Amino acid sequence: MAGKRQTAIIVNGVTENRAVEPRTHLIDYLRDELGLTGAHAGCEHGVCGACTVRVDGQIVRGCLTLVVQTDGKRVDTIEGLSDSGELADLQKAFHEHNALQCGFCTPGMLMAAQDLLREKPDANRDEIREYMSGNYCRCTGYQAIVDAVEEVLAARKQGVRA
Amino acid sequence: MKAPQFDYAKPASLAEAFDLLERHGDEAKLLAGGQTLMATLNMRLSQPGILIDITGLANLAALSGIRAEAGRVSVGALTTHRQIERSELIAQQVTMLAQAVPHIAHIAIRNVGTFGGSIAFADPAAEYPVCAVALNADIVLVSRQGERRVPARQFFKALYETDLKPGEMVARAEFNAQPPGYRSVFMELARRHGDYAIVGVAAHAKVTGNLLSDVSLAYLGMGGIPMLARKAMAALEGKAYAPDTVAAAQAALAGELDPSDDLYSTTATKLHLARVLTGRALAALTQPGA
Amino acid sequence: MNARAELPVVAPGTRTDTGYIGKSIPRANAKRLLQGRGAYTDDLRFPRLAHIVYFRSPHAHARIVHLDLSKAKQSPGVIAVFDGRAIATVCTPWVGVLGHLKGIKSAPQHPVAIERACWQGEAVAAIVAETRAQAEDALQLVEAEWEELPALTDMETALAPGTPVIHPELGDNLCFHRELDTGGVDDAFSRADLVVEETYHFGRHTGVTLEGRSIVADYNPAQHTLTVYQATQAPHMMQDVFSRHLNIPEANVRVVTKDVGGSFGIKVHVYPDEVAAAAISVLLKRPVKFVADRMESFLTDIHAREHRVRARLALTKEGEFLAFEIDDLTAIGPYSVYPRTSGIEGNQVVNLTGGPYAHKQYRARLDVVFTNKNVTCQYRAVGHPVAVAVTEGIVDLAALKLGMDPAELRRKNLIADDAYPCTSASGMKFELLSHHQCLDKLLALMDYRKLRAEQAELRTQGVYRGIGLAAMIEVTNPSPAFYGVGGARISAQDGATLRLEPTGMVTVMVSVTEQGQGTEAVFAQIAATVLGLTMDKIKVVTGDTEVTPYGGGTWASRGAGIGGEAVLQAGKALKSNILDVAAAMLNVDKSTLDITANEVFDKITGATRMPLSEVGRVGYFRPDTLPMTFQAELTVTRHYTPRTYGFTFTNGIQASLVEVDPDTGFVKLLKHWAVEDCGTVLNPMLVDEQMRGGIVQGIGAALFEHCIYSEDGQLQNGNLADYLVPMSGEMPDMLIAHVSSPTKTSELGAKGAGEAGTAGAPAAVMNAINDALAPFQARVTAQPFTPEKILRALGKV
Repeated sequence: MAGKRQTAIIVNGVTENRAVEPRTHLIDYLRDELGLTGAHAGCEHGVCGACTVRVDGQIVRGCLTLVVQTDGKRVDTIEGLSDSGELADLQKAFHEHNALQCGFCTPGMLMAAQDLLREKPDANRDEIREYMSGNYCRCTGYQAIVDAVEEVLAARKQGVRA
Repeated sequence: MKAPQFDYAKPASLAEAFDLLERHGDEAKLLAGGQTLMATLNMRLSQPGILIDITGLANLAALSGIRAEAGRVSVGALTTHRQIERSELIAQQVTMLAQAVPHIAHIAIRNVGTFGGSIAFADPAAEYPVCAVALNADIVLVSRQGERRVPARQFFKALYETDLKPGEMVARAEFNAQPPGYRSVFMELARRHGDYAIVGVAAHAKVTGNLLSDVSLAYLGMGGIPMLARKAMAALEGKAYAPDTVAAAQAALAGELDPSDDLYSTTATKLHLARVLTGRALAALTQPGA
Repeated sequence: MNARAELPVVAPGTRTDTGYIGKSIPRANAKRLLQGRGAYTDDLRFPRLAHIVYFRSPHAHARIVHLDLSKAKQSPGVIAVFDGRAIATVCTPWVGVLGHLKGIKSAPQHPVAIERACWQGEAVAAIVAETRAQAEDALQLVEAEWEELPALTDMETALAPGTPVIHPELGDNLCFHRELDTGGVDDAFSRADLVVEETYHFGRHTGVTLEGRSIVADYNPAQHTLTVYQATQAPHMMQDVFSRHLNIPEANVRVVTKDVGGSFGIKVHVYPDEVAAAAISVLLKRPVKFVADRMESFLTDIHAREHRVRARLALTKEGEFLAFEIDDLTAIGPYSVYPRTSGIEGNQVVNLTGGPYAHKQYRARLDVVFTNKNVTCQYRAVGHPVAVAVTEGIVDLAALKLGMDPAELRRKNLIADDAYPCTSASGMKFELLSHHQCLDKLLALMDYRKLRAEQAELRTQGVYRGIGLAAMIEVTNPSPAFYGVGGARISAQDGATLRLEPTGMVTVMVSVTEQGQGTEAVFAQIAATVLGLTMDKIKVVTGDTEVTPYGGGTWASRGAGIGGEAVLQAGKALKSNILDVAAAMLNVDKSTLDITANEVFDKITGATRMPLSEVGRVGYFRPDTLPMTFQAELTVTRHYTPRTYGFTFTNGIQASLVEVDPDTGFVKLLKHWAVEDCGTVLNPMLVDEQMRGGIVQGIGAALFEHCIYSEDGQLQNGNLADYLVPMSGEMPDMLIAHVSSPTKTSELGAKGAGEAGTAGAPAAVMNAINDALAPFQARVTAQPFTPEKILRALGKV
């Protein structure tokens, strides 16, 4: 029925030209086509947040995003944002607070945390909890994650990027 | 949970979109934000032959943007929840929408999900439909034949059923800019932040001192469509905010709200919660600074 | 709240130097996960990898009249299709029973059902294709004809005459029955001043690991070898299972466990669809993968905790507990899960009810019954959440009836801290617990008196807060008493191999596994401390049956205590061997040497003699320079299994502070506290976070999580929108503190801590809600406590 469609998507700064089936979602494309396995599929119905990636600068649910819809757009994944250093202070804080255990939610969690830091730099603890409430973590109980984000918020406000 | 196969088209014009809709009929589904559609496809609850991606029409004034003109505010179908959340215009002139939007799921969904998608899908627990009904907005539909206007209070007909005809799509909704002296309150009860609410209330009225007039009271999650509680409204109209007025409004609800049992809450519980929320909404409505 | 974990730097009574032990060191293996560079099973790539999906029964109970896979076989990308009979040609069935659970019975279970499906979601056919999507396309072309059979879903009717028996050859629907009677119970109840009774219900729920169950099986026909990459807690157990059921020699089976995205017991069991995947690889002679998607996970990951417990407590008017009595009915699936059995959870409820208290009389009755719902088995804290909620619930009710403060009632009855060793009424042997120290610490930590005063004040303003306490004992570090004695090939011992590398690093290979809780980190801390190395010199390897010693893996909070002791003993032995080499190189007495900061030094003068890399160089490359009779032995393996006690018990106490809105029935969690005694705390940050994660899972059970089945056995809420898991917005901050009673059964003195949070949290939350509702004479006893249930208790609906 459906033929593949040609796409050109800028993933972590590199233009990827691939023919994809319309039904393929962004996470399967990233993982299977490009081998970027940092983004995870935890539910494939948009609830758990493990698939959170950035498209044209905004965080989205990769599992609810068709690859064909990202044609011509910029996609940033955890690998790219790690290598560029953009997440370095968050990653360090997460590490020091042990804001992860199994790590499966972590890429999505970091994406959401970075978005919070950008969009709501004055967030208090309750607001951090609310902002992060779209990302499921089964291991940590969330507190260390909130602690880590709180610490980075404070540091960034002081202009200190650890 | 991989979606079934489907074809995909991204029209560059409304005319092209209507061509596709006509050609494919029932086999076609419109794709905008896809935050609801993609989940249903991944679960294979739906197997369309083709998705028509209308985000390519986002540059069209007819379908996008938040505009104020002559006392009316229009919200384009392709406006994302996040754009509504960030809009100063909405915050000031259609306050109820600004109050409702933070309840919609989470940021990642709000970045992509659209106003038009929510209106067209008409989930009984969705936020925009009940706001549109409470605020007596007009839904503007567009088809090859041009635009058609349907009052929100007539647009939502039954569970997941709207007045959308084949070949039509939602273009925008038009609200009255909130006049001076009017207040709105939106409240919902959900067990977790971002969940579909058990019950929600959208209240809008002119508040003069503690006198209520031009009252609108609508509920989500209390029936197959947003429920405009006319009897409760009548019990409040022209009255002073007082315990017995509130009680009269609450009592009227049982006769006009029709919630069904769901996995977690019975009809009785939902009616009870609607009464409680009504009391709280009316209290908030009449507080200074609401 | 930025308070870091408490640091009990020295564990009193142990002979272990502190070094890194007791320090909150961040985990080295977390760095790759932070960059999205982990390696979960689904991340791995294999040539010619084929993907499996299962055709699953839409019915709770139905005979497979006819299965037509021919159209599915023709679907694009499909490589093969298999029904249960085809799988059975290479894979034998199993029965989930163990000898020490007297009378337990279950029917044989095939990896893919052959004649009959016994729960909605049971696999009845497999489709293998080039991609998962293509396999799912083919799934829609399977034609099946079913003869629906009566579905048993109400456990209360399972044993009633006239109720259809799911497995007629078993005679009835009873899987396991147990009675325990100390004697003197009726006497205790008749002479009691007060008898309180209450019935508790626990909603069936499940683990919801974020990573679905995942397996890649790769059979090589040329060598008759099977390599399995599996997200499992127990790779050696799985090695044994694959070997026996697929008839492949044990040494030819290799199980590799890389990164695991959460487990909590879900991934320690034998799943038919995972064993079938291995069978399919044997049949197709190529690598195959199966990953359970979210909807499959809800249908087929083990469920747990569906219990109805009637409880009674007899006490004097002064508040002394005389006797506990319980009657526990629990529903499992149509099969007892293999090989750990589905009788253990109920068995634990019998063993643990009343555990913290000093009473002598106890009577318990347990009925574990089959139903046509998903199978159930051990999930984090196994039985404890039920036992603790029943015990602490009835104790709080007693306090209410006596008009006594719940903390005081507990103080009167908790086993005294100097009463050990002792044995509980249920026969559990306690080495050393610290209930009173923990209670005192908790009340101080939470400022109990202030909270009570606040509560009273707020009540006058129509704000209803509640404080709930939950004291508990917890099973950790089990010996073979748990499974081995029953005939299960589940190892309760573990081993550690420590190898000095030529450059002076040490590789630590341990049979315990990692799912994120930090076992690898803790082993590195122990090894570095014992050997005198810095942490950067240690590399830990787990999760490969071909590399590590044979062992049990992770379950029942045993990883740190048992695996850690093996690492410690191996470390001591390796250090001795290293010093043997150094002494030979230096021609001095070994007793004058020690190792610190990666260097051998003279204990008497304090002078550095050589870096460890020098020992490595000579030991591996220049043994010709050592004495003629000397053989350097720079790799050492030690094993450890707990011997003195069948279970090493820990104890703790938790408190929950809630605010209940009596108009909406909504519960707001304001704060949570836990004081936990798990012996030597190896890494306070990791332990405290295990507590917090566990508490949140317990909160999930208390307020949100429920696998809801219709009367005809259809799961109604098998997705993450309808099954509610705890998210950050609703969770409280949790303050964790410790008391330390190390176990003398190991040099390390560490007990387990992975499950305590989950064991106590539901009880604490339930008691808090009921405390908040007390002014209304309302109580809730059926978890999860939804607004609906609270409103009903209040009489508002």
